[in-house]
Amino acid sequence: MSGQTPGVQTYTPREFHRQAHDALGNPQIRANFRKAMDGLMSKRRDSFDDWDLETLRELGANIRLRALARLPDLLEQLEANCEANGIRVHWAEDGEEACRIIREICESHGARSVIKGKSMVSEEMHLNAHLEAAGIEALESDLGEYLVQLNEQTPSHIIMPAIHLNTDEISEIMHEKTGTERTRDVDYMTAAARQQLRERFMAADVGISGVNFAVAETGTLCLVENEGNGRMTTTVPPVHIAVTGIEKVVEHLRDVPPLYALLTRSATGQHVTTYFNMISSPRKEGEHDGPKEVHLVLVDSGRSRIYQDDELLDTLRCIRCGACMNHCPVYTRVGGHTYGTTYPGPIGSILSPHLMGLEETKDLPTASSLCGACGEVCPVKIPIPDLLVRLRKESVGEGRGNVPGAGIKRTRREVAAWKGFQWLATHPGAWRSGTALAGKLRALTPAKLGAWTDYRTAPKPAGTTLHALVKRHQASKSHEPNSKSHEEER
Amino acid sequence: MSARNAILKRLRERLDGPLSAPESDFSVVTGRGWSQEERLARFERWITSVHGEVVHASHDDWTRPLAEVLADKGVRRLALGKQHPVAAEAREALADAGVELVEVDRDIEGWQQEQFERVDAGLTSTLGAIAETGSLWLWPTPDEPRLISLVPPLHIAVLDADTVEETFFDVVERHGWANGMPTNALLISGPSKTADIEQTLAYGVHGPRELVVIVRHAGTAPGEA
Repeated sequence: MSGQTPGVQTYTPREFHRQAHDALGNPQIRANFRKAMDGLMSKRRDSFDDWDLETLRELGANIRLRALARLPDLLEQLEANCEANGIRVHWAEDGEEACRIIREICESHGARSVIKGKSMVSEEMHLNAHLEAAGIEALESDLGEYLVQLNEQTPSHIIMPAIHLNTDEISEIMHEKTGTERTRDVDYMTAAARQQLRERFMAADVGISGVNFAVAETGTLCLVENEGNGRMTTTVPPVHIAVTGIEKVVEHLRDVPPLYALLTRSATGQHVTTYFNMISSPRKEGEHDGPKEVHLVLVDSGRSRIYQDDELLDTLRCIRCGACMNHCPVYTRVGGHTYGTTYPGPIGSILSPHLMGLEETKDLPTASSLCGACGEVCPVKIPIPDLLVRLRKESVGEGRGNVPGAGIKRTRREVAAWKGFQWLATHPGAWRSGTALAGKLRALTPAKLGAWTDYRTAPKPAGTTLHALVKRHQASKSHEPNSKSHEEER
Repeated sequence: MSARNAILKRLRERLDGPLSAPESDFSVVTGRGWSQEERLARFERWITSVHGEVVHASHDDWTRPLAEVLADKGVRRLALGKQHPVAAEAREALADAGVELVEVDRDIEGWQQEQFERVDAGLTSTLGAIAETGSLWLWPTPDEPRLISLVPPLHIAVLDADTVEETFFDVVERHGWANGMPTNALLISGPSKTADIEQTLAYGVHGPRELVVIVRHAGTAPGEA
């Protein structure tokens, strides 16, 4: 059976509900995600078997918290140490500025072709489109990203970008776009991609990568990967540009091993990845390979605003493992594209509103049943459910107003309804007569109550209120002639 | 104001006030208490679980198994250094083995195509290994550059049995990494792999398809007569 190439579609967080509806009705998508996520959950559990996981998570959270507590100092230290090592450091207020900085570095080298390692920050700022517009070709080299790019899509998962596609679909995409044979042989497809991309590594003028941890103490950029494309990207082209959010810094080198242990196990249930690549300088005098120029671009893009608020700050602890999406009952059913954002799933729902504003993303904090799984598995103990609730409050103007677009969902009707309920619930007399009246008029309850009744029947008030029932029951008890006393019952 | 100063200013003038940094207790990532044998056994178990191959050899006779590996894998052209004792001994032992020894102490710009297309294997030394994760650690040098362990389809790494530490944390702490990092420091745990096509594991996507670790033991290697 040969798969069909999934159609190219644009997703936006504004259309979350429609996109979720479509995804739920797509058995292929649901099967692809279900299968992948089930496997990931059990692999993660097994990989922590020999560990005191709670103590390790405590340490992970503590390391990230310490880094954030000293963030401005650590960023300056990172900059000073990188510069001393020969890495040039750039700062960008937002994605647009970061794109411009990167484009200018490329242009200063007359670059026409860029090879990319996996970087979610570059996805966040739509770097590829920016470079393409300037006539610079940007090619993804992580296999999943490469496939997604061939299919003119965006990643549906931050760790496994092509998880929404199955083998048949990938075979079809590769056949159509690169002329490989249609096959179910994964080794054949992998070898074909290896060959195609090796040509491109050799020809690339610039390599662009993300960063998993930036170590302030030594000015070291750490990259975590299995494929080797990250090492290729950061070693083969003459220029390497690393781009990262300002929150990725850690204080000491010794902070790295615990975070790395948490990251690989939480992400894919691996005890370790194939490569841990630590870069501290460009090619030195006498060395024979590696880029002659290394740049680090530090991007803010809303992060310093998240930083202002004690509760929201926890969002910045994230090490981007994706465990929260792997364990999310909503993500597993609707898939990553439905969210319409670079970061899907629970972490995306608490991060995207800051990056894009609540006006765009107001539905995302509600894309959760608040079951708590995300918070339970988070390797750095981010209280994701609490943050989802906080953003729901912010979206209806009941928070502190520290999120762009706060209050966007506030409606007079809803405010009035809750005010009315509050008054009713705190005035017993009115409550009793109100509920009694609702019981009498129960036949008039509308059958359609918005989204609630799309998949359920409308609830009807009981004919008699609970209070009335209890009263009646007590009255009948006290009139029973032979009622036993409590003493006798024992 | 520059972006740099504006960002730092916002971070320093934090709305909810300065944060206090907690102390960290690292005991969960160190102090495993494994014997030398246990470390090696764990290293071997983990690295073979991800398709790495382990060959045991005695310190004095490790080039014999090396030659066997090369013959076994059909290696005709082997890239290796010159100065490191591992490279020097291998060069001497392989002089008449019918394997072409490729020099790597030259700038990549001059032989990139050759390295990508006509080298069958790269041989490197290692600085040690990690028992807990089955990882080798390498600090590439001008003598053994970065790409030797990445570009050829087979990577052969030589590890001394007594250099296996318990954890990554132990390696960083005991070997004073924070005192000075090299251009590139690497942990390598198996050959290159991917699971990006429907979670199906495939090896050799960008880097080596195979990784062979020759573990050198002082005296006689376990299993050798």
